[in-house]
Amino acid sequence: MAMEQTIYRELKATPGVWQMAALLLAFLAAAAGAWFYMEHHGHAVTGMDNQIVWGLPHVFAIFLIVAASGALNVASIASVFGQTAYKPMARFSSLLAITLLVGGLAIVVLDLGRADRLIVAMTTYNFSSIFAWNVLLYNGFIAVVAVYLVMQMMRRLDYKWVRLAGLVAFLWRLALTTGTGSIFGWLVARPGYDAAIMAPLFIVMSFSFGLAMFILVTLALFKLNNRPFGDQLLVRMGRLLGIFAAAVLYFTVVQHLTNLYAAEHGGVERFILLEGGIYTLLFWGVQVIVGGLIPIALVFLNPSRSSTILAAILVVIGGFAQVYVIVIGGQAYPLEIFPGYEVLEGWHEGVVNPYTPSIWELMLGLGGVALALFAAGVGAKVLRVLPTNLSDSNVAAKG
Amino acid sequence: MRLVLAFLAVIGFAWGAAADGSKPVVPVATGDPHPEGNDYWRVHHMKMLLHDRDLTMREGVRNVMPDANPIQASIGECFDCHGVQDDAGAYVSYDDERHFCRVCHDYTAVQVDCFMCHRSTPSETTAHRTMAKPDDPSSIEAYLARVAQEMTE
Amino acid sequence: MTNRAELTRRDIMKSGAAAATVTLASGVTLMAFGGTAAEASGRADSGKRWGLLIDASKCSPDCNDCVTACKTENGWGQDIESDHISSEQAPEWIRKVTLRDKSTGRTTSAPVMCQHCEEPPCVDVCPTGASMKRADGIVLVDKHICIGCRYCMMACPYKARSFVHEPITDQPEQNPRGKGTVESCNLCAPRIDSGRIPACVEACEKAGHSAILFGDLKDPDSPISKALKQYPNAALREDLELNPGVRYTNL
Repeated sequence: MAMEQTIYRELKATPGVWQMAALLLAFLAAAAGAWFYMEHHGHAVTGMDNQIVWGLPHVFAIFLIVAASGALNVASIASVFGQTAYKPMARFSSLLAITLLVGGLAIVVLDLGRADRLIVAMTTYNFSSIFAWNVLLYNGFIAVVAVYLVMQMMRRLDYKWVRLAGLVAFLWRLALTTGTGSIFGWLVARPGYDAAIMAPLFIVMSFSFGLAMFILVTLALFKLNNRPFGDQLLVRMGRLLGIFAAAVLYFTVVQHLTNLYAAEHGGVERFILLEGGIYTLLFWGVQVIVGGLIPIALVFLNPSRSSTILAAILVVIGGFAQVYVIVIGGQAYPLEIFPGYEVLEGWHEGVVNPYTPSIWELMLGLGGVALALFAAGVGAKVLRVLPTNLSDSNVAAKG
Repeated sequence: MRLVLAFLAVIGFAWGAAADGSKPVVPVATGDPHPEGNDYWRVHHMKMLLHDRDLTMREGVRNVMPDANPIQASIGECFDCHGVQDDAGAYVSYDDERHFCRVCHDYTAVQVDCFMCHRSTPSETTAHRTMAKPDDPSSIEAYLARVAQEMTE
Repeated sequence: MTNRAELTRRDIMKSGAAAATVTLASGVTLMAFGGTAAEASGRADSGKRWGLLIDASKCSPDCNDCVTACKTENGWGQDIESDHISSEQAPEWIRKVTLRDKSTGRTTSAPVMCQHCEEPPCVDVCPTGASMKRADGIVLVDKHICIGCRYCMMACPYKARSFVHEPITDQPEQNPRGKGTVESCNLCAPRIDSGRIPACVEACEKAGHSAILFGDLKDPDSPISKALKQYPNAALREDLELNPGVRYTNL
């Protein structure tokens, strides 16, 4: 199989593809139903309240938004950093980045108290708000990556323009994740958030979650169409995932060490690391061990196809737990409004705020994931973004 | 928005001619007519409401024209004259299709966004519509005088 | 921002319709009032900054009159609303807290409401500008453009804001509020605009405590400014340097 060219072909509509589409549509229908129910009754029917104002939908949304910018990594590695082995996957990487972002944003928008006023959010900006900037960053990301994707698909275009578009998209995605991290990093009021490290932490999280999502979605689509994906290539991507997962752990360590050093943040650290119940369990058990140490061990100690797939699944699970701990755990820990006083009576003062997500929030969140995957599938079905053959001999022949 | 206004304007002209049941029958209002005239209001009510909305809400101007013939800037005052009563004499809310706003808005299928927050029937408490007299005990002036006296004692 | 007289006049000039000739006469009359009308009717004055000084030593732990008065005035926390939602989802504009000093064991109580910061984090983070500060220092939500994202609630260090979790009807005319938007103490802006003191201040005085002193922080001769100069006082979360318009003494 010497010197075979990379050929991009639309996904074939096999029965497996139809079944997958039907499954995702079922999730989308469930999410639509959940949204109508929440919209009709108000947020009273959710587990969210005046203490836990952002709940499970936001965990899903932030995970998807963070993963979206990371899913673009594969394309960036090819166009910006010149790794030719990644080049055949660059198109789908761009497409997946867009659809993951759309899925995440759909959740955020549908969770708004007044989702009907989306037009206000899109036309009225308060530029001192990082949220308003994020609206621009997200919309801009979709536009920039769409242009980048189109340029990759124009065969006659000089490759230097693709490189340039790739560079713009790469820089944009760094800005986007900085913005997402700053949603939390700039909240001075809450001890669990207020930290400059949030922005870089979110960037390494995006590297890790995005690559894991890309590996899983791409492999699933390849399997549905019986297209070969080489073991060596997968193991190579697994190693990269391991490095990213280790970087997330490193930033997490720095985040908590910095907080531990400041006496004023001692309380929230004790909460997350020791006494936070579900949050402590999610942090150590799921985020650090399942989503960090195990996948790193898998890809470096036993590099193989199955190790890489398992590692990617674990990174996704651990990443979800990490976002949950940040978003919900940060709100569950009480605000200290009266330092030096014990609050005998008040409005949920000084107590850990309970949160039990409702089924509606879960359905909405899963709907966002389904939307992202469905849109990626439809994109692969109508656009020539997926290569027909990523077997090792084929990749090596070009490399 | 322009389209909607134009459409409403057309409806406005049609009102005079057709009252055969196919067109909405606007409930009769009480009180003095708007100085700008009904035709003007039919076309521009959205603009007027939006304008007064920002003026009251963001700038704190509650009484936009405190001259001899005052026009207050509270949407609640629409229903002083435009409230519609049911057979029992109770005022109907926006949930009822006889409500003043709904008569036309149902017909034109233009959604009204006011009544998720605003009440849609006449209010019983209207104290905030008039400036407090200095001798009113809840007026800022009377209060400050009381406090100043206490502090000197 | 023009007042309505000018708006009407402009539209009439622009439209030039025959129908407008009737109103043109009154439009001309109204024009004469255009410039000064707003000033005469209590526009939020940038020369003022409304604030409260809460004297915890005068506040009785058993008295809840300020909260009750706020509920009545602004129409939140009615039984019909609170019955079928969790207490964490119920609205909260003003709350009474009872505190015990950890070192001395002294117990005090005081109301906590929106602290009307000079540098309000809720205003900084609001994506649409719905969370806003008026010229006279009152911080409030413009529910007309609030999209219900709740970022302001994440940003507020005082838990002063709450989110309307379900549909409501029959709101008081002076305080529109509805499902899907965020709300908080607005220092009774509609009362202040019509020359009246906030409901909590009135109720506290009526209860015989006068623990809440209301006034203009920018006026050095106002009772509140004099009291602030005279007695030691503090802001909640002073470390954040938000310079709240609500101050506490004897806490």
